[in-house]
Amino acid sequence: MSDHMHMHASPSAGPPSSSVAMIRTLVVVSAVSGLLIVLVFQWTLPAIKANHARALQAAVFEVLPGVSRVETFRLQDDGTLAHLAGEDERALKVYAGYTDAGKLVGVAIPAQGQGYQDVIKVIYGYDPAKQAIVGMKVLESKETPGLGDKIGKDPEFLGNFDTLDVALAGDGLRNAIQVVKHGAKQQPWQIDAITGATISSKAIGRLLGESTRAWLPIVQRNRTALEAKETR
Amino acid sequence: MTSESLGFVFLNAAIINNFVLSLFLGICPFLGISGKRDTAIRMGIAVMFVMLVSSAAAYGIHHLLLALGAVYLELIAYIAVIAATVQLVEMVIKKFSPALFRALGIFLPLITTNCAILGVALFQTLRDYSFVQSITFAFGSGVGFTIALTIMAGLREELNLADVPSLVKGTALTLMLAGILSLSFMGFGGLGG
Amino acid sequence: MRPETLHTQAPPFELDTFLEGVWKENPVFVQVLGMCPVLAVSNSVVNSLSMGGATVFVLVMSSAVVSLVRHWVPNQVRIATYIVIIASFVTVTAYLLEAISLDIYNALGAYLPLIVVNCIILGRAEAYASKHPVLPSIVSATGTGLGFILAIFTMGAVREVLGSGSFLGVSLFGPHYEPMTVFILPGGGFFVLGALLLAISWFKERNKRGQA
Repeated sequence: MSDHMHMHASPSAGPPSSSVAMIRTLVVVSAVSGLLIVLVFQWTLPAIKANHARALQAAVFEVLPGVSRVETFRLQDDGTLAHLAGEDERALKVYAGYTDAGKLVGVAIPAQGQGYQDVIKVIYGYDPAKQAIVGMKVLESKETPGLGDKIGKDPEFLGNFDTLDVALAGDGLRNAIQVVKHGAKQQPWQIDAITGATISSKAIGRLLGESTRAWLPIVQRNRTALEAKETR
Repeated sequence: MTSESLGFVFLNAAIINNFVLSLFLGICPFLGISGKRDTAIRMGIAVMFVMLVSSAAAYGIHHLLLALGAVYLELIAYIAVIAATVQLVEMVIKKFSPALFRALGIFLPLITTNCAILGVALFQTLRDYSFVQSITFAFGSGVGFTIALTIMAGLREELNLADVPSLVKGTALTLMLAGILSLSFMGFGGLGG
Repeated sequence: MRPETLHTQAPPFELDTFLEGVWKENPVFVQVLGMCPVLAVSNSVVNSLSMGGATVFVLVMSSAVVSLVRHWVPNQVRIATYIVIIASFVTVTAYLLEAISLDIYNALGAYLPLIVVNCIILGRAEAYASKHPVLPSIVSATGTGLGFILAIFTMGAVREVLGSGSFLGVSLFGPHYEPMTVFILPGGGFFVLGALLLAISWFKERNKRGQA
């Protein structure tokens, strides 16, 4: 070891310090650290919010064709949808999309469910006039790369969601969403599974089924509130 | 709040997405533990205990900070609780079983920097588990960690007696074994689904 | 040890310290520290470099601060203090990254806050920064950081090229190439690291025999 280094080294073991010194150090260090964190948090907050908003918008644009403006709606306790101008972390939200001309296209609804490997998170677009799902995007998935993760990338699979019939009858779907073997799709409420990724495909069908059963009646009941945000 | 059943949360943590073999958490003790099954099991239990306590504390801290609007302090709070818990566990083990204390050696204080413990706190927060789900998750992760560790210790015990080229011995071999184990555990995917 | 270091002050000494961290005492390949991020996030070059960058940032900043306060921290609470310092920098890095690139932030996921328990950082603080002045501490941390980036980049490159058939997202072999997906799976990560360690010890053995 070079003597050089020892010249600069401070003793690593001194006499035992008093409790006061120990507590004082921890308090000071924690306080300064806390302050640093708060400062950085406040400084980065606007940029972070902008990033999230942009990502959400991009996702909504992808699942609701022809949309250029997004408005957020939160689910109230009484089952109605209220326009949300600011932020609400804990609220359940859906996103209404409007065209350039200001007309309501539909609602983008986030959903999640257990896939093959882990939870899959998606967002899908629902057109209340057509009573169909018009787009689906996988936001997060840990499915097997090359197999299960095709649910997010395979254009043929995603094509299933261009007009997926989710018409309501009473308080449920008239025809439940059904995942069938690849190539066997005959009805507009069926989804062609991906060969070799049956479980992941079925997971998508299942989570969409659950989400539509929960949300579509609410969306239909609140169409006036959604259309209220249209502009002539 | 997710709708996952408790049984599934447990199975997921212990086997399907095993902390060590799928999520790469807790690698240091996993690679460093010698080929002694007994030590491995006891280490696993110590880790599981710390996980349970930290998980409960993390749940409380998360909701407290959420209410206070100070979520940015979460990481520091979690790691502080973990450090304190490990200190506590160390003292308890030292008092009740000096032999075990010596056997675990440096790995005991190292539990603080064990990614698996912090991983439990972080994942349960990310997945928004309820209190009961969190505890089950911690228990499952601890079991999974112990399973992985025990299997690895057992394998190394056997390999010590086998004719392995000296170049491969040590960490490289353990990693290859871990790779095979990890692939085989992937077969559990879809369980309970 | 070389006598020149006693006369010519800073440069040779600091270069030694720097290089030590990069190769001889490479944190991943030699000391086998900091495994979790190396295995978890190294399935593509972009992810590897992002994780490497974030880790090095925390490493250098925390080493600097630990070195700055080293005379005022009582011995018994030093580990706790270092951890609080490291945790603060990790939190700060997470927010900065979330503001700079949401894609990278999401790609690193839960492994970003896990940097706080990366043994390399605490190891540097305890073994070096707590005993040396600020500038050498920064140099040592940067050297170790560079070694870490070297390791994680190698892992990322091998895994992405073999497992996805691409580099930095650019497909190398065309759309009809069926890559060896196992390499981007966790098991593949273990294999690649094991193989790299094997290659390095083989290399070292050869050198030793060559010099004997």
